[in-house]
Amino acid sequence: MPDLLLELFSEEIPARMQAKAAEDLRRMVTDRLVAEGLVYEGAKAFATPRRLTLTVHGIPARQSDLKQERKGPRVGGAEAAIQGFLKATGLNSLDEAKIQRDPKGDFYIALTEKPGKPTVDVLAEILPIIIRTFPWPKQMRWGAASAKSSALTWVRPLHSIVATFGIETEEPEVVQFDLSGVSVGQTTYGHRFLAPDAIQVRRFDDYVAKLQSAKVVLDPERRKEIILADARQLTFAQGYELVEDPALLDEVAGLVEWPVVLMGSFDKDFLSIPDEVIRATIRANQKCFVVRDPKTQKLTNKFVITANIEASDGGTAIIAGNERVIRARLSDAKFFYETDLKTKLESRLPKFEQIVFHEKLGTQAARIARIEKLAAEIAPLVGADATKTKRAAQLAKTDLLTEVVGEFPELQGLMGKYYALAQGEDAAVAAASEDHYKPQGPTDRVPSDLVSVAVALADKLDTLVGFWAIDEKPTGSKDPFALRRAALGVIRLIIENNLRLKLKSVALSHASTMTGYDESKPADLLAFFADRLKGQLRDQGARHDLVDAVFALGGQDDLLMVVRRVEALGKFLDSDDGKNLLAGTKRANNILAIEEKKEKRKFDGAPDAALFKLDEEKALARAIAEVGLEASAAVAKEDFAGAMTAMAKLRPAVDAFFDRVKVNDDDAAVRENRLKLLNEIRAATRAVADFSKIQD
Amino acid sequence: MDSLPPHMRPERSFQGFILALQRFWAEQGCVILQPYDMEMGAGTFHPATTLRALGPKPWKAAYVQPSRRPKDGRYGENPNRLQHYYQFQVIMKPSPANLQDLYLQSLKAIGIDTALHDVRFVEDDWESPTLGAWGLGWECWCDGMEVSQFTYFQQVAGVECAPVAGELTYGLERLAMYVQGVDRVYDLNFNGRDGADKVTYGDVFLQAEQEYSRHNFEHADTAMLFEQFKMAEAACKKYLDAGWKGGKREEHLMALPAYDQCIKASHVFNLLDARGVISVTERQSYIMRVRELAKACGEAWVHTEAGSAA
Repeated sequence: MPDLLLELFSEEIPARMQAKAAEDLRRMVTDRLVAEGLVYEGAKAFATPRRLTLTVHGIPARQSDLKQERKGPRVGGAEAAIQGFLKATGLNSLDEAKIQRDPKGDFYIALTEKPGKPTVDVLAEILPIIIRTFPWPKQMRWGAASAKSSALTWVRPLHSIVATFGIETEEPEVVQFDLSGVSVGQTTYGHRFLAPDAIQVRRFDDYVAKLQSAKVVLDPERRKEIILADARQLTFAQGYELVEDPALLDEVAGLVEWPVVLMGSFDKDFLSIPDEVIRATIRANQKCFVVRDPKTQKLTNKFVITANIEASDGGTAIIAGNERVIRARLSDAKFFYETDLKTKLESRLPKFEQIVFHEKLGTQAARIARIEKLAAEIAPLVGADATKTKRAAQLAKTDLLTEVVGEFPELQGLMGKYYALAQGEDAAVAAASEDHYKPQGPTDRVPSDLVSVAVALADKLDTLVGFWAIDEKPTGSKDPFALRRAALGVIRLIIENNLRLKLKSVALSHASTMTGYDESKPADLLAFFADRLKGQLRDQGARHDLVDAVFALGGQDDLLMVVRRVEALGKFLDSDDGKNLLAGTKRANNILAIEEKKEKRKFDGAPDAALFKLDEEKALARAIAEVGLEASAAVAKEDFAGAMTAMAKLRPAVDAFFDRVKVNDDDAAVRENRLKLLNEIRAATRAVADFSKIQD
Repeated sequence: MDSLPPHMRPERSFQGFILALQRFWAEQGCVILQPYDMEMGAGTFHPATTLRALGPKPWKAAYVQPSRRPKDGRYGENPNRLQHYYQFQVIMKPSPANLQDLYLQSLKAIGIDTALHDVRFVEDDWESPTLGAWGLGWECWCDGMEVSQFTYFQQVAGVECAPVAGELTYGLERLAMYVQGVDRVYDLNFNGRDGADKVTYGDVFLQAEQEYSRHNFEHADTAMLFEQFKMAEAACKKYLDAGWKGGKREEHLMALPAYDQCIKASHVFNLLDARGVISVTERQSYIMRVRELAKACGEAWVHTEAGSAA
């Protein structure tokens, strides 16, 4: 069966967009083919800086014919209806229609056959539509055609298209379509500098081979392999080791069609700059890899360039040029670093008074002061050294005003640590500069040093309480201040460090330092934590409905206890006792709900022992009293497993009650008493959770 | 180029370098303009780019524009950073299909051989908040160094570009340093002569960099500048209002003088910013105010003879 080769040849496509564009092209073309009844055998897409290429193989040469049966008007029906039927079906007269009898009478039936189109014609229809509606993140107009609003748009100017269709043994056909004058045919071009001439191609196989000889490696994976292998080889040969960087490799592979790996070096003096700063400088500005000494794991004064040409001098000029730029960049970085070291971190604090953190939340100085105060409050609660915590909170943000962080924002925190150590701060204080930003996401490391933990909690809680105070809560997918991440950070800090913290009272006390805060907001913020916690547990495969069941008890702001309780509850509900007790409690709940609704009243208050007629009632009342006490005592000791064990004792009494006792007794007093007893089951189980929130 | 005397060769002298670029773009049919006689932050501000990019009429121009970036002053102590430097600006409307090739040929004309050097087009989406302008294109790299900006304007002064103009901006000092092989901008040979006749970039500009750094960071009269900003803003609006022929918004007769005031406001803002007297929040509002002026000028321009189809 025939194959399609499609190449969209343009000016340089941004590296970060190439992979998705190739995938979009594959998906869009194959989806449309299938929708047109053309099932293909396989498809693969590729991208280089200058081309998107798709090969689809094994497409039928034409669509199958489509038989259609269409029911028309009744025989002898109105003339207008008959004319309409003929027009719609394309029949010349009623002689061409069949007559079919059904219970309602005789009807005209048109049997038409829609012949399938040659695939090449289908392609000529769908390809221009796909190109015109291609989902680039940003696209543009260009050239004389851009005077009109209907102008073709593409990520960068689109120059030519290869579109051929055919079987292996024959000359392929060109898919003919018009796309704002862009040439469509069998012509492509080689490497911009090494082989710029036009190339005639037939199908995917010769296309790939001809590109290869015109110095274009079509497959980005292949380019990555080449770069990685050559870079490893080059560094290994000199006794070094490449610092691998997959994101940089992706990007670099998207910047070249013919990767040529070269190694340059810089003055050893620059190695006095922290490795991370050297790496950030060379990576961000030059898109080069750095190199380390495998023995010390420290960077060496080498870097790896990926050029796009085989230079006529073997790369000497390219290396020299890159070395010059890197020298200038590292000089800047060294200058910044050394300048930073001359200023004590705390002497940067006054400058924060001129920097607005948020219009409604005051300056950065105010924020730092709040974090310092909150961290000092949290320190004794988590067992952190109070003096160190205060100092750490005071210094944690000061590196934001350093030159290096101004240049490389991604080094915030880390530079603070270096500068703090350089000015002789305690190691725990210095570490907090870096670690108080953590965890940044679900997989980021959670700090364990308690000074860092206290500052990290204060930083995140200040953010949350503050944005809650000014009603800037996340909505839907919008979370511009990353509040979800902050809340998840608080949760992980607490749980993974086994910390006891009454979040609500901490939040309330902190809120009192802010304007615009009222009592309702901590509860709302707590609900936000509950949601995040649910999400977190769900991601870990735990039952998130149990979080609701625990939070529904009210007053639950000690997240560690919530999690412990959820864990114990989960185990309990996995047991037979748990399952049955849950069923019994739900049954009690359902009956109560119905009766409460019917009589518009509650059945609270203690049941009257004198009104118990059956043993099962008495037994249940006894069990509730016992279990209630035992479970509450266990909960008070934070022994949730013990509380659940106690709960398990309730199960036989509940089961027996429902087996033998009819709640809706004819005697109204007995009935009311039994309803009160049911209410007691609910009340007793609330010692551990609100069972009504648990899903079956 | 072979006929050039040695001191005029682009790899020998800064002035020869500029002349080589001018000659190349003149060959492509550009009018070679002289720098605009006002202080501005980038060559894009020149009305030959900002305003001429708008409207349907074809336009090809190239020129050198001194660019003033008050904040980038380093008292002459940094080998690369200057508060006053030169940009070479090319604009072609509509953007020709071979603009990338022309750009590469221009590199050849100034002595950059693409068989030896690794030239790359690296994504860079250009946006000027003060001009209400954006475009897509690249920063052009030569052996890892950014040497030019290449932009297809999509919108300028709030007006859609129809047709689109292609804009090239060369950082002249940086490119010349590369071609001459010097590491410090002040060491550039300006006139291509040797010995006692040699004039360096430092001879011409070092003192200016020192003086203007003092001015920009320490002494620029901020009370006056705040006043000047207001005055330029008011004058711009006044000229725009007065320019509508017969008071009807059909034909405008004073877009260029109004736009001068917009350029002025923008530069005054840059000076105030360098003096550190504009807070972060105010900063945004100043940028918005300049943008409003630029947009109103763009709107006026497309109702002038050069800016409209008529």
